[in-house]
Amino acid sequence: MNADVLIIGAGPAGLAAAIELRRLGTGRVLVVDREQQAGGIPRHSVHTGYGMRDLHRVLTGPAYARRYATAAARAGAEIRLGTMVTGWAGDRIATLTSAQGIETVSARAVLLATGCRERPRPARLVPGDRPAGVMTTGELQQRVYLHGERMPGRALVVGAEHVSFSAMVTLAHAGADVVALVTDLPRQQSYAAFALGALARWRVPVWTSTALRRVDGRDRLTAVDVADVRTGAVRRVECETLVFTGDWIPDHELARTAGIAIDPGTRGPAVDTSLETAARNVFAAGNLVHAAEIADVAALDGIHAARYLAAALRCREPAAAPDAPEQACGPPAHRVPVTVEPPLAWISPNAIRFIAPAGTGASSAAPASRPGAGSAFPPGATPVLPPRGRFLLRSHVFQYRATLEVRQGDRVLARQRVRLIPGRPVHLDATWLAQVRLSDGPVLATMAPTESR
Amino acid sequence: MTAGRHGEASEAADVVVIGAGVVGTAIARELARYQLTVVLADAANDVGTGTTKANTAILHTGFDAVPGSLESQLLRRGSALLTDYARRAGIPVERTGALLVAWTAEQESALPSIMERAGKNGYDAVRQVPVAELYERERHLGPGALAALEIPDESVICPWTTPLAYATEAVRAGVRLMLGTRVTGADPGPDGHVLSTTRGTLRARWVVNAAGLYSDRVDAMLGGDGGFTISPRRGELIVFDKLARPLIGSILLPVPTAQSKGVLVAPTVYGNVLLGPTAQDIDDRADTSTTADGLTSLTEAGRRIMPRLLDEEVTATYAGLRAATEHRDYQIRVDATRRYACAAGIRSTGLSASLGIAEYLAEAMDAAGLPLRPRNGSVDPPVMPYIGQAGTRPYQDAGMIAADPEYGRIVCHCERVTRGEIRDALASTVPPADLDGLRRRTRAQNGRCQGFYCAATVSELMAKARGGDRARAGSGQQAAAGQPA
Repeated sequence: MNADVLIIGAGPAGLAAAIELRRLGTGRVLVVDREQQAGGIPRHSVHTGYGMRDLHRVLTGPAYARRYATAAARAGAEIRLGTMVTGWAGDRIATLTSAQGIETVSARAVLLATGCRERPRPARLVPGDRPAGVMTTGELQQRVYLHGERMPGRALVVGAEHVSFSAMVTLAHAGADVVALVTDLPRQQSYAAFALGALARWRVPVWTSTALRRVDGRDRLTAVDVADVRTGAVRRVECETLVFTGDWIPDHELARTAGIAIDPGTRGPAVDTSLETAARNVFAAGNLVHAAEIADVAALDGIHAARYLAAALRCREPAAAPDAPEQACGPPAHRVPVTVEPPLAWISPNAIRFIAPAGTGASSAAPASRPGAGSAFPPGATPVLPPRGRFLLRSHVFQYRATLEVRQGDRVLARQRVRLIPGRPVHLDATWLAQVRLSDGPVLATMAPTESR
Repeated sequence: MTAGRHGEASEAADVVVIGAGVVGTAIARELARYQLTVVLADAANDVGTGTTKANTAILHTGFDAVPGSLESQLLRRGSALLTDYARRAGIPVERTGALLVAWTAEQESALPSIMERAGKNGYDAVRQVPVAELYERERHLGPGALAALEIPDESVICPWTTPLAYATEAVRAGVRLMLGTRVTGADPGPDGHVLSTTRGTLRARWVVNAAGLYSDRVDAMLGGDGGFTISPRRGELIVFDKLARPLIGSILLPVPTAQSKGVLVAPTVYGNVLLGPTAQDIDDRADTSTTADGLTSLTEAGRRIMPRLLDEEVTATYAGLRAATEHRDYQIRVDATRRYACAAGIRSTGLSASLGIAEYLAEAMDAAGLPLRPRNGSVDPPVMPYIGQAGTRPYQDAGMIAADPEYGRIVCHCERVTRGEIRDALASTVPPADLDGLRRRTRAQNGRCQGFYCAATVSELMAKARGGDRARAGSGQQAAAGQPA
């Protein structure tokens, strides 16, 4: 089987990319997903707030998922569900397994959009028993919203990010008595309104500086031990359900096993600002490259990647010999890496892509950014803006009044005031892109020493 | 022959085997080859739920056993028998070999005696490995290794499929498997033993005690000669993500010293990497919880042995209890007068030695007056569903999917378990009683996401098959990981 573009993952990023690729006239766009329904995580996120940035309306998760699935099918993308990529060597040939059997698909380009998941209890090395009743938010939502399960009894939520409050609401909806949200951090990481709302409406407090120490229950969960991380005081909390929330890790198995370079910060495939990975014509978008952002951001990534995918396809001609590999018609990509230093955790994308100017072949059709005159690049090369014109970062620490400093070598390219909260997105506007020089080595974003203000 | 549904005692069985771990199932399978009526009873709701399911999952050669011991003899015999049986029954085994690595001068000085001991145990294939070769083979080994021995026949095996295969073969040969049946008392009757159980009375001419962690209590109940006390030794282990598997080639064994038995790093047949075990003597025979200290000591040891391993995600942590006694050897004995046989104190080598123990015990019972007359016609080992990583699984088998599309419907993405396999497990000769049981039969939910994607669906399939509600099937079961859990 052949396809122009194989998209792996029918979540917001994959579906939005498929729609955009078809809009741009790409021939056969094949989207595969191992689930039985398209839409990704929003399928079971039954709360509102989806679609503001990409669809300019407010929808619930399931409605948002349905809308993308319908739009992708209408756009002429071929969506194969219940289909898992079970073999891929990082090239453009993949093995698919489904009820139809085992097939090989040969694609001119690939988009990885496999998303992310929450770090489960064992990966957090929480000691104790292994009873039933311990799960992640993803599992909780599927049980409650896709399978209609009830969750009676007392419940405790581990984490105090946005998703933790979402888990609390799901638990309350399923009949649970939520005891608290616990976080070992000194503050909650979501909006103040969420925390206040939780307390006011459901009487659920956030226990900060509180670490989970032990899980008890030989069969069903009966209790957990939590400790005050400042005093070490341990107390026992009886509960029947324990939900581990957030602490996202990208589903990078395909990229890893295929040997595609992984960014040590995001743990997803390293991508440049066009969202191409280190493997030519293999792109990655969505929460695989920044775990986790809201669905809208993933969808906008997908659209961004689709434009460069389409451009990449246009400059590739079939090779003369039928069995010879296709040749790239442009020069290899020029990239400048972008990295961060602690206490910043990661930045995405991980490199700035430069493209040749119009008329030189290669990426002429790409929707190049034009970051202004006086470009400091080799003649004509232009840096590609990241999706939404900004880089995404994460911090390990709280710092409400921080300044990010962007440097290349000794030159300070930009400073930007930001608010750092672990797990929450930090946006770094890419206004400084024009000052980046291809020859000056990596660009580094750091937290500037705190100013007196 | 056994307690009926209403708890009524009926005709006496020739043999009741108490304990359906890897040793008890092996004994039942062995006895089933003869003209005997056999009952296999266990307090748990599945076979292999004690020491059997949570260990290092290694098929030992017995190279380091105490020479001349019964353990040495039965390990050698048992591992040879199991290697052959596994091939026929489709039990996943990988002959990865082992490297015994010395990190200190003291450990290095112990290597010659280990080689010598292997020879006394009848195993001559151990050889010294130069350090350069060691690092060539194990490129991710931490710095500082001084010397190593290679034990080429050490293998990794599936500790879940093994007792299931024995039990399946036994049941198909007519053994009555009574799970959820705890033996609470025993009386010597005129025609044999009268056992009180939580499911009624059982009568038996002979009783075999294979009760593992509870074997001393069963021994006392049956008026055995005592002489041993079980002291549970807890071992905690960490299972790393499959992405760690390429880091390691062979089982990396520690050199035991006077201070510590040491921690090993080993591949698993499911394609993960195992780090452990700790060794802690505890009192509670059911406390399989992990501890903060245990997990910390393991990660510290792991960082020394293979630093890169710690960069990978942890898929599972678990603890198992070994049935240690005050003796260094197995406690296997047959009492002809009382018509009582005991296979206890098997510690950590029961999986490897199981078929040897069963053969030895059956012969001893024969000598003690239990007539072993072979049945007519031979029973082949059952062909078990293959859940290893090295061979071909259903999702990879175009022929299977073409014949039955359910083998192409992958439910558990991480472990690539199909609806067809889950359906088969639920309809098997020894079906699972809960999600843990399903996991041990299929690997469903044992992967890196621990149910993030599939737990809700798997629970529903289980509940539908059992005709009950999902809650009873074990909502949100904490997954046991790619491993002996």
